[in-house]
Amino acid sequence: MAGSTYGGVPRWVAVVAALGAAFVLLPLVAMLLRVNWAEFVPLITSESSLDALGLSLRTSLTSTALCVLLGVPMAIVLARTRFWGQKVLRSLVLLPLVLPPVVGGIALLYTFGRRGLLGQGFEAFGVTIAFSTTAVVLAQTFVALPFLVLSLEGALRTVGTRYEAVGATLGARPTTVLRRVTLPLVLPALVSGAVLSFARALGEFGATLTFAGSLQGVTRTLPLEIYLQRETDPDAAVALSLVLVVVAVVVVAVAHRAGEPAGLRPGRRAR
Amino acid sequence: MSFELHARVAERDVSVALEVAEGETVAVLGPNGSGKSTLLAVAAGLLRPDSGRARLGDRVLFDLQGRGGAAGGRPGRGPWVPPHARGIALLAQEALLFPHLTVLDNVAFGARARGRSRAEAATHARSWLERVDAIELADRRPAELSGGQAQRIAVARALAADPALLLLDEPMAALDVSVAPALRRTLRAVLAGRSAVIVTHDVLDAFTLADRVVVLDAGRVVDSGPTAAVLERPRTAFAAGLTGVNLITGTAHRDGVRTAEGQFVDVRFVERVVDGAAVAVAVRPAAVALSAVEPRTSSRLPGRVTDVEPRGDVVRVRAGALAADVTPRRAAELDLAPGATVWFSFAADDTTAYPL
Repeated sequence: MAGSTYGGVPRWVAVVAALGAAFVLLPLVAMLLRVNWAEFVPLITSESSLDALGLSLRTSLTSTALCVLLGVPMAIVLARTRFWGQKVLRSLVLLPLVLPPVVGGIALLYTFGRRGLLGQGFEAFGVTIAFSTTAVVLAQTFVALPFLVLSLEGALRTVGTRYEAVGATLGARPTTVLRRVTLPLVLPALVSGAVLSFARALGEFGATLTFAGSLQGVTRTLPLEIYLQRETDPDAAVALSLVLVVVAVVVVAVAHRAGEPAGLRPGRRAR
Repeated sequence: MSFELHARVAERDVSVALEVAEGETVAVLGPNGSGKSTLLAVAAGLLRPDSGRARLGDRVLFDLQGRGGAAGGRPGRGPWVPPHARGIALLAQEALLFPHLTVLDNVAFGARARGRSRAEAATHARSWLERVDAIELADRRPAELSGGQAQRIAVARALAADPALLLLDEPMAALDVSVAPALRRTLRAVLAGRSAVIVTHDVLDAFTLADRVVVLDAGRVVDSGPTAAVLERPRTAFAAGLTGVNLITGTAHRDGVRTAEGQFVDVRFVERVVDGAAVAVAVRPAAVALSAVEPRTSSRLPGRVTDVEPRGDVVRVRAGALAADVTPRRAAELDLAPGATVWFSFAADDTTAYPL
């Protein structure tokens, strides 16, 4: 760069950084080079592909909705209240973030499986969760929830309680304050958290395979389909991988945009 | 509505009482950390005291009995009205306008929160924006306002919520000196006949806006009374410092005052005082003369110079609690430097002495 301002970055740091970037980007390029463009459309529109794609989108959107539904109250409680054992609870709730997904799948199996802690009860009512589409959604929600909770809790702490206090002294009940003050203030973080959760749900593999299995149209999501096709039809696997890459790029772009502070963006004017 | 509060917050060592009569504006003065903001937070319901009681009109806001030890006891138990149900609005140093709402929606917030229709709330908000001369800002976003404009909107927003009591926490402190006078005028207009408590550092705010002042120090009320009485006849060093007068305390002795250091000064009593009573003497620095040798007048006090501060056409010379304003030429003649011993003298007619 021909900038005149002092950067102060040692040359070797830039070299290592370039190596790191290459390490991330090169595999994507390698994959792009292997895409069978002539067959690309038929490959991603085959019956099994469309089944997997449709299932992935449906389950990921559902689990994102579940993450918002459960995660927003969790983030609020973690950020705004103080109670005994809160720190421990916080660490435990965020555990799926660092847990190997397979372990999460096993844990879910012993909770919602036929012989599981809660599964036995559901079974008595004739409801089987394991190895169903519901299981896919549960597995995805389990691994994706911490993303939403973490990003929203951070935003809530950053925003602070001053605006909420003003709302309360203007006569707004706690629920009104939440709806009209708190949530609008953290909306960017909520959106980026939801997008991250969606991405994590879409990419979920280990917990899904363990807890939900791999039945076409029922539990075989896109990552599972890719893994399966890799042995029999590498071209299909590469084509579907590219679809996921495109989705990931879109997700990163959306999350990045939404992450900007709301006050700095030109907002629409209400009339 | 009349308001009455007494509360103790052990964690911050605050134990205060406050009364506001119907339609009265009370200024709360005090140094930083004296408990002014704590007092407002307790009144607004944002902070739960360890014990105490508050009443607004004939409604009890809280009536808490302390539990546990003197310090570290858990917040008291008893009736507690949450902030949103108190009818007490709080205007802070910063405007804190909701950044995601337009100016109009900000001002309409209180009415909307109370369940009024959108149209009704908007009409109400417009009338308040007109009263604070800000109707042309209605469609703006808070990010597009100057500090003075934002605080003006915050005033409208607080009052549009139709509070029975308005709390103002140094509303002018964060503003440029150039815009503060306009807001002060607005506040004087809207506070007339309204029950309000204003925390301030500025003696001008107290004189302009308040009927009565309460002086806090270290979490306790140390002085209170009508604004002019408290500020013109200060009883504490802090209150004296606000108006910049010298405060000399001692005991009445015939027609003068004997200070704690044993000096005798001639003063003018504004009230009859019996010999031996504790009295205070206020004298403006401009009325105090300085000399290097002990003057013959009967009202003189020695002091060791602690600070020499040029202030335009005068030089303020301080010696501990004593201050004198002298001309730069006089200051040069005396060759004043910190540590030098000088005599402060004044005429009895320039003093105001009153019982403590």
